[in-house]
Amino acid sequence: MLINLLIDTAKAIVAVLLVLNLSAVLLWFERKGSALIQDRIGANRAAIFGIGRRLGMPNLGVTNTFVADPLKMFTKEDFVPDQADKFLHALAPFLSLFPVLITFAVVPFGDRLIIGSRVIDLQVCQLDAGVLYLLAALGVGVYGAALAGWASNNRWALLGGVRASAQMISYELAMGLAIIAIVMTFGTLDLQDICRQQGSVWFGWLPKWGILYQPLAFLLLFTAGIAETKRIPFDMPEGESELIAGYFTEYSGGKQAAFMLTDFAEVVLVSALVTTFFFGGWQVPYLHPDGLHFPGVGPILLPNLIVALLGVVAFGMKVVFFCWLQILLRWTLPRFRYDQLMYLGWKVLLPLGLLNLAATAVVIVALG
Amino acid sequence: MGVGVFAFLGTLAVISALGVILQRSPVHSLLALVATLLALSGLMIGLGAVAIGFLQAIVYVGAIMVLFLFVIWLLNLQRDPGEPGRLAVKFFGAIAVAALVAELFAFFVRAPMSPMETSSSYGSVDRLADLIFSRYLVAFEVASLMLLVAVVGAVAVARRWPGDEARPNGAVGADRPVLQQARRA
Repeated sequence: MLINLLIDTAKAIVAVLLVLNLSAVLLWFERKGSALIQDRIGANRAAIFGIGRRLGMPNLGVTNTFVADPLKMFTKEDFVPDQADKFLHALAPFLSLFPVLITFAVVPFGDRLIIGSRVIDLQVCQLDAGVLYLLAALGVGVYGAALAGWASNNRWALLGGVRASAQMISYELAMGLAIIAIVMTFGTLDLQDICRQQGSVWFGWLPKWGILYQPLAFLLLFTAGIAETKRIPFDMPEGESELIAGYFTEYSGGKQAAFMLTDFAEVVLVSALVTTFFFGGWQVPYLHPDGLHFPGVGPILLPNLIVALLGVVAFGMKVVFFCWLQILLRWTLPRFRYDQLMYLGWKVLLPLGLLNLAATAVVIVALG
Repeated sequence: MGVGVFAFLGTLAVISALGVILQRSPVHSLLALVATLLALSGLMIGLGAVAIGFLQAIVYVGAIMVLFLFVIWLLNLQRDPGEPGRLAVKFFGAIAVAALVAELFAFFVRAPMSPMETSSSYGSVDRLADLIFSRYLVAFEVASLMLLVAVVGAVAVARRWPGDEARPNGAVGADRPVLQQARRA
């Protein structure tokens, strides 16, 4: 009983820490990556004793991003505007971050790990209605940005909040339709089960990943997911050339850091969802619970610990790849206009999603 | 569901429901309503109605309450100044509330308190889908058709028709029957 509780706690802590740390790494990656794309040097301040320079390395900005900036953020004055709604102003950053973090409870990050007679499923919470939980948590996530804008008593912030909530509601529809197509394909709402079903192969060599069943749903989910993260090209809620900084204009210090962290956690979330639904989650091609089964070659047997670890590493690598892709998109594409955003959401993605759903239904019925 | 969890969620639901009517600011009331709905969906999930519980969170909290927020913003509702109501309103309001409480009390006294026998899959998504798509298929489809009609009707009433641009303030349909507009479409 107690040991089960400890295992569950450990899984929850590991999942949350992974997301938070990956978010911090993404911040560093975004700074240096954007500098690379724009032919700048990027973050290069605040070295400790110049260790890197003495070793002949360029300043990578690691101290800058991981030590100096967080210190600066959390020691800054926490400014609250005079006429603001103090309670909601303080609540909004947490209301923004919390729903994103709890979403990872149903995302499986590995297969079963067997220690002695104990079987540990590498998923924080096994839930039959996992997809519904996911959609509910995403729905609650709208309030953070919306209330931040309203509580700040600032017209730019309010405009940003209105834009954020309208955008997130619009794109949640396309996201939901893409996820429903996947649910119809695999016939389950349990994310771990969806991952397991992507483990077998076609023709003896082609892994049955979701992207091969639902390529259109992948595009829909990825596009709508990027819109949910509220980053360029979908960053109208913050649009600094129009709205100063949008819904978090009046935030400083740690609360502003919470909003920034939310953005990066959402990037990780979108990557995790795309990986789980379309790229096999923790599946490594040809890796079965007892070892590697390459087509045409005899099985290479591996112990369970290695197999489980390989799964976790594969999941991590796929997630990092899609994070990288999102950062690349963010520094490549220009910002949409607001009417273009609404046009894309309601007149392109939504009809495509419905069409995809109808086509999926027809195919499922035709194949029996 | 453990008694502790039930008591916690139930208390949360009651307190936040009181918050809905006791707050002066409409946005605070709305947030209290969101908390009530989340507590209720937690109770439903704990009692086995998993599908309904999550759907309530998705539909009400994730969509409808956000639209309420938009209405509050766009109508620019301010804090309720808390004017004392008229005596007659208070008097009849108190009588109505007392009658409601008495009715609820009478209902709960007679309600069967023994736990109902339910199968383990009761309230799950599979079970709900089985019922919706077999026994209650017609009712389900009629309900969705009604929602569709309501949406189309709302768009027909609110939309600007060609020729309406000249009208100041865009007061569409204020002086014209809606049917007449729909016929022109």
